[in-house]
Amino acid sequence: MRAAVITLAVIGATFLIAPHVYGNRTLLFSMMTFIVLAQGLNLLYGFTGYLPFGYVGFFGTGAYTTSLLVLHTHLPVLLCVVAGGAGACIIALVLGPLLRLSGAYFSIANLAASQILYNVVSNQDLSKITGGPYGLKIDQVYDPTASYYTMLAILLLATGLAAYFRISRFGMALRAMNADPTSAAMAGIDVVRTRLIVWLISAGIAGLAGGAYAWNLSVFYPDAVFTLQISVFAIVFALFGGVGTVVGPVIGAIVLYALYNGVGISAPQYFEFIYGFLIVVLVLFLPNGLMSLLARRGIRVL
Amino acid sequence: MSSEPLLALDGIAKRFGGLVALDRVSFNVEPGEIVGLVGPNGSGKTTAINVISGIYQADSGSLHFAGQRIDRVPAFRRVPLGINRTFQVPKPFADMTVRENVAVAAYFGAHAPVDVDAVLAEIDLGDHADVLTSQLTVNQQKRLDLGRALATQPKLLLVDEIGAGLNPSELGVVADLLVRLAARGIALIVVEHVLDFLNRITNRVIVLSAGRMLFEGPLEDASRNSDVVAAFIGG
Repeated sequence: MRAAVITLAVIGATFLIAPHVYGNRTLLFSMMTFIVLAQGLNLLYGFTGYLPFGYVGFFGTGAYTTSLLVLHTHLPVLLCVVAGGAGACIIALVLGPLLRLSGAYFSIANLAASQILYNVVSNQDLSKITGGPYGLKIDQVYDPTASYYTMLAILLLATGLAAYFRISRFGMALRAMNADPTSAAMAGIDVVRTRLIVWLISAGIAGLAGGAYAWNLSVFYPDAVFTLQISVFAIVFALFGGVGTVVGPVIGAIVLYALYNGVGISAPQYFEFIYGFLIVVLVLFLPNGLMSLLARRGIRVL
Repeated sequence: MSSEPLLALDGIAKRFGGLVALDRVSFNVEPGEIVGLVGPNGSGKTTAINVISGIYQADSGSLHFAGQRIDRVPAFRRVPLGINRTFQVPKPFADMTVRENVAVAAYFGAHAPVDVDAVLAEIDLGDHADVLTSQLTVNQQKRLDLGRALATQPKLLLVDEIGAGLNPSELGVVADLLVRLAARGIALIVVEHVLDFLNRITNRVIVLSAGRMLFEGPLEDASRNSDVVAAFIGG
């Protein structure tokens, strides 16, 4: 419990102070976005073993739900962002039956679902509603400061949830289900319902992030919030830091996203090389991420 | 109410494609009774355990527990009603300690607070409470399976081949434990190949062959029944 509070305090303080000592707020905002996505993906993959390749679908759903509500209603933006999370939850509920699949089948089906969403949203014939390939513009509510703090709140929420999964009785049920679903049922755990709850929570986090992201950008094309690169980043960041932990995805996202910005933007060809190399090293030598280095030395990490 | 059996199977059938795993099986179990379930490999013993515990749903027939019809009740809801089981191949929660394994079941499966340490003592794993289950021997894992079931305060315990691979002294310990549980009022259905072991704990056995009930009664009579002998030695 103390470790959880400290972790949240450190993350909160870091991103409260960061804009005052580092000028590139856009970068800080994007970094937070990817920490949230890595953490949100970790909630599902790290605690239930379901790897959602189409995780970006919930992010995009959140971005569009929020933006369309801003355009067509007079609700406060913050409420529209919350609705973005709810919108992603609804999509997740519809996709709930995917949880009957396991392993790669689940991942691929989820990937396909995110592509369907993308194709619907970017469809020329729906331009009047979704903006089609031209995207959406909500610059009347543009507010980089408020959206920054909103994303920080979402980051703390996602990390708090990961801590809850890690130390609560609910988390104990998740570990049991992960180890053996049949035994978990005989321990009295409602495996199907518990899995669905985690799936909705994970989707909701991505939806909230999508909403805050759209608010921060205020003008975006469908590709910007549905590109598969977002899924890939979330997966790699989470794996790099260590899934099933609270701090792993945060550290992983910070380190790799900083690297991406340091090398990736100026010299993309080297970035791809370094990235590919890192992934190979990760799979071969550190399949449980950076956090496992500490765990191996007997240091307990949250 | 007192005349009502704890568990009643009536015409339970289960098919897997063309294979009839259980063919209209009917029997009752009373509280505190130990029933041995025997039969050749593939005769439907484990399928019966799976149907009673809710891992499988029967295709036809009815299943009553403590007066309540439970055919459509999912496995995890049968647990707080008082049905639990062990597995032929023990299924502990890996990466969790022995104590956590029992504590999870006590928390989610029991309807009243459970003394986890007492359960650990009962299955003789008190000294191993903080050991990861992956470090246990198979014999210890089998006892842990039993302990996890006991932590949910069962009225009916389905024990699937707990004796396989145990040496005679270990078998003795397990037999004593099962008899003790029955004396406490827990009904037990024990699937077992080791007939000596069954003989020590019960005189009521049910013999299954190809999914059908061949015989029900005392074990010594079973060996004199020509159908049973034929099923076992292929006459």
